[in-house]
Amino acid sequence: MGSEIKQVSGRAVPLVGDDIDTDRIIPARFLKAITFDGLGENAFIDDRTALKGEHPFDQTQYQGANVLIVNRNFGCGSSREHAPQAIAKWGIKALIGESFAEIFFGNCVAIGVPCVTADGATVKQLQELVTANPQATVTVNLETLQVQIGDFTAPVFIGEGSRNMFVSGSWDACGQLVANADKIRSTAAKLPYVGWGKLAV
Amino acid sequence: MSKGTLFDKVWDLHTVDTLPSGLTQLFIGLHLIHEVTSPQAFAMLRERGLEVLFPQRTVATVDHIVPTDNQVRPFADSVAEAMIQALEQNCQENNLTFYNIGSGNQGIVHVIAPELGLTQPGMTIACGDSHTSSHGAFGAIAFGIGTSQVRDVLASQTLALAKLKVRKIEVNGTLNPGVYAKDVILHIIRTLGVKGGVGYAYEFAGTTFEAMNMEERMTVCNMAIEGGARCGYVNPDQVTYDYLQDRDFAPKGADWEQAVTWWESIKSDADAEYDDVVVFDAAEISPTVTWGITPGQGIGINQFIPKPEELAEEDRFVAEEAYRYMDLLPGQPIKGTKIDVCFIGSCTNGRISDLREAAKIAQGRRVAEGIKAFVVPGSERVKQAAEAEGLDKIFAAAGFEWREPGCSMCLAMNPDKLQGRQISASSSNRNFKGRQGSASGRTLLMSPAMVATAAIKGEVADVRDLL
Repeated sequence: MGSEIKQVSGRAVPLVGDDIDTDRIIPARFLKAITFDGLGENAFIDDRTALKGEHPFDQTQYQGANVLIVNRNFGCGSSREHAPQAIAKWGIKALIGESFAEIFFGNCVAIGVPCVTADGATVKQLQELVTANPQATVTVNLETLQVQIGDFTAPVFIGEGSRNMFVSGSWDACGQLVANADKIRSTAAKLPYVGWGKLAV
Repeated sequence: MSKGTLFDKVWDLHTVDTLPSGLTQLFIGLHLIHEVTSPQAFAMLRERGLEVLFPQRTVATVDHIVPTDNQVRPFADSVAEAMIQALEQNCQENNLTFYNIGSGNQGIVHVIAPELGLTQPGMTIACGDSHTSSHGAFGAIAFGIGTSQVRDVLASQTLALAKLKVRKIEVNGTLNPGVYAKDVILHIIRTLGVKGGVGYAYEFAGTTFEAMNMEERMTVCNMAIEGGARCGYVNPDQVTYDYLQDRDFAPKGADWEQAVTWWESIKSDADAEYDDVVVFDAAEISPTVTWGITPGQGIGINQFIPKPEELAEEDRFVAEEAYRYMDLLPGQPIKGTKIDVCFIGSCTNGRISDLREAAKIAQGRRVAEGIKAFVVPGSERVKQAAEAEGLDKIFAAAGFEWREPGCSMCLAMNPDKLQGRQISASSSNRNFKGRQGSASGRTLLMSPAMVATAAIKGEVADVRDLL
């Protein structure tokens, strides 16, 4: 399942700030729903309201962008997949940042949105380049592990396992996992606790 | 790479396969679900025509959206009602155990699984909630997952994961009076940072954790995620076994003997190798309060809100944002900050021992004029135990509201919310902007005894003055 994601190319939106948590990406009140529909319009909603149109997600020059450039520890906090879903539904197809919180990163992989990291200076430079020229095309290449904007090229990083899942189109792991049913059963059978108590398989 | 730690042993035992991507396919021994992050997962399962592979190994409850005042069905909030109905239906259709309101076993998912004995050493545990790290207190590898991964566990009882590094966090010595497990973890996070644990599992070791009871260990592991570590754990010991024995889902009879032998075998070896080791002295930890918008922005009760120049350069940006949002000035003492709301509860500090410590402070005293103070037990069992001990009466006599079990104002997906710019003293785990239900509301994290102290004094105060 899934499709190959070897590169993401398009305009970018810079979002400056460290430790931006998933409550800020999509506040808890929007988790009161049994589908992920409609989350895109509420991405960063409280920050956007507080900034009265000055949030990058509201600024006209960034409308239609599909690469999000963030700083340190982006997506910390709650495990809610609603957060990457909201960002993806707003239009983002890849993220570049100094670092990502683990659960957020895993959720992004699971929905086919690569998150690559770069050193702080590179990220800052990318944010400045995009701010100066919002129409520029940014390309995140997962095969060469490079980000390119105009003449500027820099290395980016993503764990090898996750990179493989994107470039081979196997980022939706469900099918692979299910296909291993025999091995799953034999692993379970070797675990001493599977068999005692009321949870026995 | 770490070697010989509990993490390594449990990881290896649960490895099903290495996937073509190089990631590990890891078997999940216990899957916990609730109403917020599971409905879309069941929908995805149906779309793909998949079934739950091991229905016996998923257990459900309802916690985030339940009201804590009136729990009569249907709920006044029709969306909350729809969410609980979706869970009821999904559990019924897939033959999953569901502890609904009134079952006697309902409560916050991270409170009920340990008290039922579902959580056991050596297990892998996953749940669509970041505070799944709590279960590591038992020597389990337990972590939060997103909804697509909830689907994966339902369909295959496994996840595709990259192995973590292991950092040993050793705390030694005796905690001073008025210093609790919550202070220990807030101290660790303020020292190592909110992203310090990214890429790591935290092993909490040393005499301080050895002396803690299981509920205190759960408080510490609960907040491992706030330090960026996806999971945290304490090696199992006699304290763990004494807690587990005779609980509903704990092994019984000959199985119990076999279990203890196995649990002993999965502990970190004396000569285990770690990717990193950090050591703290318990005597240096004081009652701790957060002043900012991340759990890492904490200080001792007698310290001053740090000035930008006192912070590492990389921490200044968030600090500036925190001063503005919290309306607290650099250089000002945290002690004496006036409070509007006091909340005792959550998966961090809504257990019976937390309520006992808070009740000790509340006993014979009165909540200050104008303060809204409320206590929310973590589960139906906690509520029952507290009432059997008369804690509800102590709280009520002091002017605290005594509520029904649920997640309450920790994330405010229910009617319990801050209003406007209100500032709260909270025993919960997150002080993020807007976390407690108001887009401009403010949260100060502290131990339950410190929250009770703030309620009595009407301001941030030192619990040691009331001991």
